Amino acid sequence: MSNRGVRLLLLASVFTIATCGLIYELLAGTIASYLLGDSVTQFSTVIGVYLFAMGVGSWLSRYVERNLAGVFIQVEFLIALFGGSAAACLFAVFPHVNSFRVPLYAIVFVVGSLVGLEVPLLLRLLSAQLHLKDLISKVFTFDYIGALLASLLFPLFLVPYCGVAQTGFLFGILNAVVGLIALWALEIPNARALRIYGIGVLAFLVAGLFFSERIVAWSEAAAYGEDIIYTRSTPYQRITLTRHSDDIRLYLNGNLQFSSRDEYRYHEALIHPGLARLRNARHVLVLGGGDGLAVREILRYPQIESVTLVDLDPAMPRLFSTQEILTRLNAGAFSSPKVRVVNSDAFAWLKQNRRVFDFIVADFPDPSNFSVGKLYTTAFYARAQAALAPDGAMVIQCTSPFIARKSFWCVDETLHASGFVTEPYHVYVPSFGEWGFILASHRALAGEPEFPAGLRYLDASSFAELFIFPPDMVKVPADANRLNNQALVRYFETEWGRYLRQ
Amino acid sequence: MKTTRRQFLATAGGGAMALLAGCGNSPRVFPGRIVGASAAAGHRLRDGAFPAPDETLDAEVVVIGGGIAGLAAARRLDGRRDLLLVELEQETGGNAACGRNAVSAYPWGAHYVPLPNEESTEVIALFEELGIIRGKDPRGLPIYDEEALCSDPMERLLDCGRWQEGFLPQLGVTPGERRQYDAFFARMEAFRRTPGAFAIPLDLGSPYPELDRITMAAWMNANGWDAAPLRWYVDYCCRDDYGAGIEHVSAWAGVHYFASRRGRAANAERDSVVTWPEGNGWLAQKLSAPLAARIRRGCIVWNIEAAGKYTFVDCFDLARERSVRLRARGAVCAAPRFIAQRIVRGLAPAQGLEYSPWMVANVTLDSPPVGPGAPLAWDNVSRRSRSLGYVVATHQNLNPVQRETVLTHYWPLDAQSPADERRRAVARTHDEWCGLIAEDLEETHPGVTGQIRNIDVWLWGHGMIRPVPGFIWGEARRRMREPHGMVFFAHSDMSGLSLFEEAYTRGCQAADALLARL
Repeated sequence: MSNRGVRLLLLASVFTIATCGLIYELLAGTIASYLLGDSVTQFSTVIGVYLFAMGVGSWLSRYVERNLAGVFIQVEFLIALFGGSAAACLFAVFPHVNSFRVPLYAIVFVVGSLVGLEVPLLLRLLSAQLHLKDLISKVFTFDYIGALLASLLFPLFLVPYCGVAQTGFLFGILNAVVGLIALWALEIPNARALRIYGIGVLAFLVAGLFFSERIVAWSEAAAYGEDIIYTRSTPYQRITLTRHSDDIRLYLNGNLQFSSRDEYRYHEALIHPGLARLRNARHVLVLGGGDGLAVREILRYPQIESVTLVDLDPAMPRLFSTQEILTRLNAGAFSSPKVRVVNSDAFAWLKQNRRVFDFIVADFPDPSNFSVGKLYTTAFYARAQAALAPDGAMVIQCTSPFIARKSFWCVDETLHASGFVTEPYHVYVPSFGEWGFILASHRALAGEPEFPAGLRYLDASSFAELFIFPPDMVKVPADANRLNNQALVRYFETEWGRYLRQ
Repeated sequence: MKTTRRQFLATAGGGAMALLAGCGNSPRVFPGRIVGASAAAGHRLRDGAFPAPDETLDAEVVVIGGGIAGLAAARRLDGRRDLLLVELEQETGGNAACGRNAVSAYPWGAHYVPLPNEESTEVIALFEELGIIRGKDPRGLPIYDEEALCSDPMERLLDCGRWQEGFLPQLGVTPGERRQYDAFFARMEAFRRTPGAFAIPLDLGSPYPELDRITMAAWMNANGWDAAPLRWYVDYCCRDDYGAGIEHVSAWAGVHYFASRRGRAANAERDSVVTWPEGNGWLAQKLSAPLAARIRRGCIVWNIEAAGKYTFVDCFDLARERSVRLRARGAVCAAPRFIAQRIVRGLAPAQGLEYSPWMVANVTLDSPPVGPGAPLAWDNVSRRSRSLGYVVATHQNLNPVQRETVLTHYWPLDAQSPADERRRAVARTHDEWCGLIAEDLEETHPGVTGQIRNIDVWLWGHGMIRPVPGFIWGEARRRMREPHGMVFFAHSDMSGLSLFEEAYTRGCQAADALLARL
């Protein structure tokens, strides 16, 4: 190849490295603000670490003495590998690490130093052919044009149409291809080994591009109207976590489970009206509730000796016991030695259970289909009854008594048909609306509640209000829900269908 | 929904595979096999001679056949007399046979019992003993075990491209057709409310000779009930219970289907049924479990004869290839009549016996089928199909998330005469049956073939007695009920209707009659 050709190729490399480098930086910043929120902080720190790492890389370049071109290409492949897969890796490790910032800054630092190493090497490669003033002028021109291109492409095209992980792989591939072309054009000792290495990196990135799930599909994110920070399809459901500034929300199959801004209202109302009146309660059973938020409330009572949580999907308790943001929400409920998690279907588990519990929490999804509807039947409550201590109580989340009034009172009727005495109540949760619960026990609960310290919503006066049903929510007649009539699912479909169509 | 790249690749790959398969013109081969009643062993009764017994064993009473009637008789006799039950198959249960694979238990035949009527006292007593009936409410209505009652939704019909709840066609039905619905069901309700009209066991009811003489189709014609959706529905019901449609069964049997059910429950609607993943196999296993030590399996009875005060029962042990003579004081022959009249010496053959052949397949799927409209039910029928559709074996499972499932696909072979259908059925290979079954399911659920993991097929050559005109209240059936010496008979074909309640009650009655004579 002519000198002119080599020169052009090297300048093209500057351009690609600049574009790719900035893309990697923007990706890291985007992911950080996606997953951790507070985008100003995230972008500043990521850019800071990245620029500092570039400085470290530049400084390290002085130690490269021989085989400049070979090292240059080697580094190019490393950038392709780390930079290209960084986004996918960060998403993958997010649910499994206690502190997400460690892998985040580590990867930003590695990519930054490699890019920082690359530019001085290029300058030195070109220094034989150009005067210093031309060299500096050309290299930095291409560098800044590349940066402009990247900063425009990224928000306008790449994130909306390619998705974050795919963008990473795409630019990694571009990086690797440029490296391979340079390898072909330059005279480099040991080119064969380098070529195999480069092709390996390229193959890995292409595989990544095709087989990594589209981690953040734009359409999905748009449907939520919030940033999706985690989403995964388990065999049982689709778990989605979103963030909107400081508000974390959990969705299961697209249905809101909680908003971190007001979930305390829901969970305090779920647990304390019952448990605060059971002074002798020692053993608690939680059915559903794999987010650990109900367990957090239960653990406020020092006398509780054991909490058994039965959740069908092992992914839920795992996510909520490892991820830092989430363990902060549930106050590390799953790391308490009192808590035992069982991954099983509640119905099947109750069938084989021989233990007796003082307090049972049935925190299932709403009865929107026949499968979930079975967990609200007389057959199910008969099994729960067998697991409930004589002076214990069970609490059931039972959808909105405002929107689905008949559904709510259907659960009440079902509990009566199963031989329970009930205390229906409700609370206002801003992100949900009016929400209903029913306390069920073998005989009426006596005594005043003794609330633990630290509650944000419940006290003696708000407790008394829970049990007052205004005229638009008072009892209406409804059939008991049985396996063989699934009355509840039919009510629920009609009532929520009517509400959502409005 | 947005297609992900992986889905696209999978679809494209699948399409390419389909194209390749199309080029070779070779339909997909499904794993599985033909299982089922030992036709070959049974045919030895017709064709082959058996070796003379080289051993004689004493038993006070012998029950021949371990279907529901035989098990009921043995259950009644057990503990009262020294008893032996001889069964041809490796498992007892007869039409209530069942199977099991890694996904679910499933039925091979009878798969539910409607809420028993008050007069079905034997069945009610059994249900109480087995805990299916848990007690009575203040009104005296039986309280059923909720987990045994068929979970909602029970039935859905694919008609006009959409699934609807229930089997009676509702979409596109004209006001005129609806008036026929009303008239037909009003008539059935009137029969149902007439005391002593239609009962279970049916011998407690009334003959209505004018209904017994003609076919259900002819009777509907005479009443002017020609609406296509009504005819389809009644035909479906008859095929479901009798293995033959309204052109074949008597009007008495057709009306019995609609007018005989008066069972009530404290905690279920009138049309409820009890069922289990393995169908009536659950009941058969509960009946046979306490009898285990008294049951000889894999033995074919080839001769029953009276000599002096003894009744000899000669049976051939298929595994040991030798015959054994059982010397008893009496016997209950609970084999179907077409067998009984070959093995009971001196028994005159009954005239006009017709048995409906059936094919039942258990199809294991990776995921439950869905479709537009009503969600998956227990029993799912397509109006366009000649099969009876499928029952979901995992329907009674209580776990909320079901992925793989087993569908029990029922198909009465009634397009031609029973003899012709039987010949055609045994001539078909497993692959040919799978082709027919997959085609039928594919028509109902486009794309379902790709979800099929396994297809097992059971052929019932003589699946059930067919209540043709004149049979139920005719001379032949009356004579079938009479004992032959100390051999008492028990089988649902003596009722002309293949119902659990009939079989079970016949078994109890035969045992009681035998006990009275011992």
